[in-house]
Amino acid sequence: MERSEGDVSAADLPSIIDLAPDEARRAQTESVTASGTKRNADKLLEVRGLKTQFFTADGVIQAVDDVSFDVGYGETLGLVGESGCGKSVTALSIARLVPDPPGRIVAGQIMFDGIDVLKLSNEAMRKLRGKEIGFIFQDPLTSLNPTLTIGYQITEGIREHMRLSTRAARDRVVELLAKVGIPRPADRLKDYPHQFSGGMRQRVMIAIALSCDPKLILADEPTTALDVTIQAQILELIQKLSDEFGTAVLMITHDLGIAAGMCDRVNVMYAGRIVETGTVDTMFESPQMPYAWGLLDSLPRIDDIRGAKLRTIEGLPPLLIAPPDACRFGPRCRYARDICREDEPELTARAGEGHLARCWATEPGGWIS
Amino acid sequence: MDQLTASAGAAPSIRPHDSKNIVEVDDLKVYFPIRAGIFKTVKGTVKAVDDVTFEVRRGETLGLVGESGCGKSTIGRAMIRLREPSGGTVRFDGIDLNTLKSGALRKMRRRMQIIFQDPYGSLDPRMTVGSIISEPIETHHLADGEAKKERVADLLRIVGLDPNYVKRYPHEFSGGQRQRIGVARALAVEPEFIVCDEPISALDVSIQAQVLNLLTDLRGRLGLTYLFVAHDLSVVKHISDRVAVMYLGKIVEVGPPDLVYSAPGHPYTRALLSAVPVPDPVAERKRRRVILQGDVPSPVNPPPGCRFHTRCWLYERLGKPENCRTIEPPLQVMTTDHRAACHWAGEALKTDVGIAHIDQQLVRRGTPEAALNLLKTGRATEVTEAELAAEAPAADTGAPL
Repeated sequence: MERSEGDVSAADLPSIIDLAPDEARRAQTESVTASGTKRNADKLLEVRGLKTQFFTADGVIQAVDDVSFDVGYGETLGLVGESGCGKSVTALSIARLVPDPPGRIVAGQIMFDGIDVLKLSNEAMRKLRGKEIGFIFQDPLTSLNPTLTIGYQITEGIREHMRLSTRAARDRVVELLAKVGIPRPADRLKDYPHQFSGGMRQRVMIAIALSCDPKLILADEPTTALDVTIQAQILELIQKLSDEFGTAVLMITHDLGIAAGMCDRVNVMYAGRIVETGTVDTMFESPQMPYAWGLLDSLPRIDDIRGAKLRTIEGLPPLLIAPPDACRFGPRCRYARDICREDEPELTARAGEGHLARCWATEPGGWIS
Repeated sequence: MDQLTASAGAAPSIRPHDSKNIVEVDDLKVYFPIRAGIFKTVKGTVKAVDDVTFEVRRGETLGLVGESGCGKSTIGRAMIRLREPSGGTVRFDGIDLNTLKSGALRKMRRRMQIIFQDPYGSLDPRMTVGSIISEPIETHHLADGEAKKERVADLLRIVGLDPNYVKRYPHEFSGGQRQRIGVARALAVEPEFIVCDEPISALDVSIQAQVLNLLTDLRGRLGLTYLFVAHDLSVVKHISDRVAVMYLGKIVEVGPPDLVYSAPGHPYTRALLSAVPVPDPVAERKRRRVILQGDVPSPVNPPPGCRFHTRCWLYERLGKPENCRTIEPPLQVMTTDHRAACHWAGEALKTDVGIAHIDQQLVRRGTPEAALNLLKTGRATEVTEAELAAEAPAADTGAPL
C-alpha cells in the first residue's frame, strides 16, 4: 500500500484533474440543497435537513446528519455508499421505520407527495406505508413470513389498503405474480416462501411492493443476496415495472455498477452525509469528491485491462458518535489540506447541472478545481 | 497407489504428473447423499462436482467462478481434502492425496491452506489473535518460545497489522482486519498453495481492494499459488492468471482472462458476462443482457447432454440442435490454453452476445488517477484525449506532465 515511484502526489494533479468545462464552472459558490431547487410541484419526495440519531450506551450515533434531497415522480435516485454511511437509515426514516428506541428522527422535514410525513399520526402513516410506499429489502427470505402462503402475504396489503373483494384481490395477486414473471401464478398462491428460489422470492417481494400501485419504492440492496444473472433479471424487472407504472425508486446500493445502470441521479453518502450528488452521467464522467474517486479506483472492473494495482482508501470511516466539525473524509483523503481539518465544506455547485459536492479541493477556486 | 486409484473409481488413464503443476485434479466427483425418512435411507445424490479435470500451475492464480450451488467451493475444499471426493483423484505435487494416511496428510496440509469467506465466523471469538495465528505453528511444530512469538509478530506485519495486536480478540477488529488475521493464520505454516474461498465477498468495496492488493502482493513476495474461488467476475478477472467458469458441477470454460472475457466460447460464460454491471453509464447503456430462462436445474438430476441446454440462448438460436440434448460436450481447445465445453463454440464466437458492453478501449473512470494512467499508458481514447487537451492548460500550478 505504499506509493511507488510511478505514483503521483496530490500536487501533481491539478492540471489534469479538471475534467469540467471552464465556462460552466464560474457560476454559483453559495450552498444549496442536494436538489438544487426549492419546493417544486414535480417532486414526489422532498427530504430537508433530516437528522436521525441512535441513542446508545456509548453515546449518540448521528447516523443521518442533515441530509437533504428530492426524488421526482417516476425518477430513480441512487443512494450509494459503504456500510454504515447512513443510506439504509435514510430510507427507514422516510418510511418512519427507524427502530425507536434506540433510534429517533430528531430534526428535518420529509414531504411525500405534499404530505408532511413526520407529522402524520401512526395510523395515517400505516396507510401511507405499503399503499403509497413499497419496500424491497435485501433478504427476501427474512422479509417474508415463512409460516404464511405467499398468496396471503401479497393479498394482505391489497385488502388492507385497496378495499377489494376477496375475489378481486385474488385476481389482482395472480396478475401481479404474472407481471413479475412467476410461472403458473394461480397455482403458486398456496405455496410457502421456502418453496421459491431466491430470485423467485425477490420477485414475490416486488409483487408485494407493487401490489397497491405505490408512488415510491424503497429498494434497499434488493439484489445483494442474489447471483449475478438473477440480479440482472431482478434489476431489469424493477426498471421495467417502474417505467410501466411511473413509480419512483429510491435505490440503495453499494454497487456503483448498479447505480450506473439503474439510476437517473445518484447521491453518494459518507459518514451520515451526502457528499456528492448529480446525474449519473456527470457523476461518473467527472466525479468531484475524492471519496467518489477512491470508490471508483478501488473497484476491479470487468472492462479494465488486467494487472493494474487497485487504489485503496486507507483507514476507516469516522465514528459517528462525535464527528468532528471538519471534512468527514479528510482523515482518509490524500488531497486534504489544513482547511479540510478545520472546517467542514458545504455541498456546493459544480459544473454539471444539479451536480453538487462537499469538498474544499474541488470547489471553484480550490486546489483541484 | 494403483490399488487406491482403482478403488476410487477413477478412469484408468490418469495423465502423467507434470512438475509445472502444483495440483492436478482428474475426474473429480463430489456427491452428497440425500437422506430422508425415519431410517435416513439414501433417496438421491447431489452431484455437486461431477467429473472435473483441471490443474493449478505453480505460481499462478486460478480463478474459479460461477453462481451459488455450482460446486466451486466444494472443489476448493476437495482439493485440500477438507471434503472426501466420491471419485477421481487430486494430486498435490504428484502425490495422490487419497493415498495418504493421517500423519502424512497432516504433513502435506502444511503445504496447503485455506482462507474463508466469513471473517466473522472463521475466527474463534474466545482466542486472542496471537493464539489464533500460533495454533497452526504449534500443530506443525514449526517454532516455540521466543521464536514463535517472533514469527507471529512477523506474520502480523506481513499482512499489515500492528504486531502489538497479539493480545486482542477478533471482535476488536473490523471485517477487513479480520480477513487479514485469516490470511496471517493461513501463512503461518508457510504454505505453497492457498485456496481463497470468496475471501472478499463479505467486505466493503474500499476494503476489498486492500485485501485483494494484499493477496497479490503476498503471492509475489512468497511465491504462492492460489485457487481463488469467487462469484464476482470483475474480481476474478483482476486477480487471476487463468479463469475457470463452472456451471452445475462442471467446468464449462477455462483460459486466460483476456481470452475468456473478450472471446468467450461458452454461451453460459457470455450470459454471466452480460449480467455484470459496469460502473459507467455509457457502458451500461450498451449492455445487452442475455436472458436465461428459469433457474439453475437441480444438481440431483442434471439435464442430459449439455447441462446448460435447458437455459441456453445459443441452443434456441441454432434451432435446438440434437447433440446439445444427447452428447455431453467435452472441454475443447479454442486457442492455446483456452478451452470451452460447447458443441457450438464456433457459433458463439461469431456473435458479440454478452460482451458488447465490455470495451477495454473505452474505460472511463473520471478520476484524476485514471486520467493520469490514460496519459502514462497512452491508452487515452479520442474523447478523453480531447478532454485532457482542453483541460490541461487550465492548470493553476505547473504540474509536470
